[in-house]
Amino acid sequence: MDFYCESLYQAFSLIISADAELAEVFWLSVKVSLTALLIACALGLPLGAFLAVHRFSGRGMLIGFINTLMGMPPVVIGLIVYLHLSRSGPLGWMGLLYTPTAMIIAQVILITPIIAALSCQIVEDLHEDYRDLFASLCVPSHVAILSYIYDARYSLLTVVLAGFGRAVSEVGAVIVVGGNIDHLTRVMTTTIALETSKGELEMALALGLILMVKALFINACGQRIKTTAQAKAYV
Amino acid sequence: MKQLRAKYASVLIVFTCTVMSAALADQRIVVQSTTSTKNSGLYHYILPLVKRDTGVTVHVVAVGTGAAIKNAMNCDGDVLLVHSRKREDKFVAEGYAKQRHDIMYNDYVIVGPQSDPAGIADLRNAATAFNKIAATKSTFVSRGDMSGTHSKEGALWHAASVLPDTSSAKWYRQTGSGMGATLNIAAGMAGYTLTDRATWTSFGNKADLDILVEGDKNLFNPYGVMLVSKDKCPTVNTKSGQAFIDWLLSDTGQTAISAFRVDDKQLFFAHAQQ
Amino acid sequence: MSDIAAQRLVPIDVDGLCVTAHNRLLLAELNCRIGAEGITVLMGPNGAGKSLFLRCLHGLIPPQSGRIEFAGCQLDQSIIKRQSFIFQAPTVLRRTVYENLAFVARLRPEISADETDRLLTEMRLNHLTKQPARLLSGGEKQRLAMARALLTAPNLLLMDETTANLDPASVQIIEASLRTAAANGLKIIIVTHNIGQARRLAHDVLFLNAGQLTEHTPAELFFTNPRSAAASAYMRGELTTTG
Repeated sequence: MDFYCESLYQAFSLIISADAELAEVFWLSVKVSLTALLIACALGLPLGAFLAVHRFSGRGMLIGFINTLMGMPPVVIGLIVYLHLSRSGPLGWMGLLYTPTAMIIAQVILITPIIAALSCQIVEDLHEDYRDLFASLCVPSHVAILSYIYDARYSLLTVVLAGFGRAVSEVGAVIVVGGNIDHLTRVMTTTIALETSKGELEMALALGLILMVKALFINACGQRIKTTAQAKAYV
Repeated sequence: MKQLRAKYASVLIVFTCTVMSAALADQRIVVQSTTSTKNSGLYHYILPLVKRDTGVTVHVVAVGTGAAIKNAMNCDGDVLLVHSRKREDKFVAEGYAKQRHDIMYNDYVIVGPQSDPAGIADLRNAATAFNKIAATKSTFVSRGDMSGTHSKEGALWHAASVLPDTSSAKWYRQTGSGMGATLNIAAGMAGYTLTDRATWTSFGNKADLDILVEGDKNLFNPYGVMLVSKDKCPTVNTKSGQAFIDWLLSDTGQTAISAFRVDDKQLFFAHAQQ
Repeated sequence: MSDIAAQRLVPIDVDGLCVTAHNRLLLAELNCRIGAEGITVLMGPNGAGKSLFLRCLHGLIPPQSGRIEFAGCQLDQSIIKRQSFIFQAPTVLRRTVYENLAFVARLRPEISADETDRLLTEMRLNHLTKQPARLLSGGEKQRLAMARALLTAPNLLLMDETTANLDPASVQIIEASLRTAAANGLKIIIVTHNIGQARRLAHDVLFLNAGQLTEHTPAELFFTNPRSAAASAYMRGELTTTG
């Protein structure tokens, strides 16, 4: 139990002293994951809605493919991104390996399938409800998809939070493509991995606790918004 | 006159800024490095000095020696800093670098539980110690990741005429992880392991492990640095990479390496052959 | 307005309409001509195929065979756009009352904001505009659906048991609005089980039983002296099963 006390104490003293290095690592984590989330939402939400609404040949295969990607270990995704971005890889000329951009790319690949698969489920339910009405009003396909995303926005918020949680807590992919470089690509999770490998277990756990508090805060916000929406029957 | 001087100064400022910003862009290098140098905090200590003296910003990717060499062969680094002489020479022989420089050394130590079931404490010979560990089938935790430490370990097993393989899996455990992770596991299993002294000294979770064997000349651990060849990798930042290597080999650099201490212990010994 | 838009969608000619599902014939060789005048009421026991027929008219269900022509034109997207359909279960978007209508208005740029306000008033919804539509009562939701249907100024209005389960006040508002619209020349086809409502509104009655059209007669004749045995049994409350 001493272990937790020591870690809690370290976590608090890190936060209270506003440790500059911790702040840098923390904000890079947030920046990378939020950017990845934004891109993943722009891709995954319409894709999920499209798959929910349209029936076409190959749809089953595409959904199966997305579900497979969803179960892919982050380190494998990291490896694939590494092989592409490496100087000897096909996209090596862009010089993106070991940059925050590479980490964003890996996280986008990691969470887009999650957002697409989960939003597909949610939009399918809404589609049951709206289908006849939209057919009757001759709503064009792209308007329908945007309307589904808009009207399901509070339910989709959970999906977005799940995506963010996955992005911000993931270490396998970002450590491979980012390289855990000090002041450049070091984020919360890679710092935790580093501290663990240095045997600084209390410090690692302290950082983990900070990460947990962040996750808690984000989820509380999401829950708050959702409860408000439920009260107004928008979900 | 005053006016002229002001004009001259402003031109100078603009010129300096231009040169500086242009220089900044290609004053960044990626160093593919072994984990021991990073985990011990050496880079944390010397990189600000490198920046001060040469203006070069060094980005360190710390992985096992095997992965570092592989990454450098993929042209994903400008400089390679590792500790596995044989593979470094192969790297040079295959033309990935023009030259290898000695920069420093430390040594490997065999750590194990204080209870010491194999009875190796205070042995002077590492190979004998390994032999005893195998004979008593005491738990040994190996890196198993093709790192410099792992290949050193393999050489020691060879010298001890023991070949740990699947049949010895009951006591010979391969972690496939970095030095720190392997030390965590050795601490958890109360097993023996081979580690470089730098990582060991700065390691925070020693539990009841202790240094049992040290001082054998076979445990000598030299670090080498190489500039990745432009012929193999045209994107290499030769200028800044060479500046970094030159700094390491210079008196300033060598003094700095020797001055780096953890818990008042010197971890790396400067060793450049000028 | 272009000539085509001004054109009416009546008479509606149905010729040999067949719909099957899971090897069951749901609509068998339906033939009829629905005229331009007033409100046509579709009646018949549950499962007779009334809703199905209505959905065929709106293109929601493709028939296996047969033709439907609106004033001589085949059913296509432009004709569907000139129809409005009100479903039995009121479907509203998860938005405010006003936004439900604004959504349709955005789809059809020709709709004016005045028209939205006028219909909200006509349907007695003007005090609820900012309410989430899903919180409305069943009657209010269906009035919203009615306002939405009329907003596009359709040439043909199709209603599928729209007023079932509604309170008398909501029924009255909707019926009044239907009568006004019909008097202004809007062709309306409704499905209802409410014989009283059918008497109040119908100009002519189509009676369906077990996927077949058993009679199509002017309202006054149908209610006083139905030609088919099935229709008279239905109105006496004796026709319950369908084939």
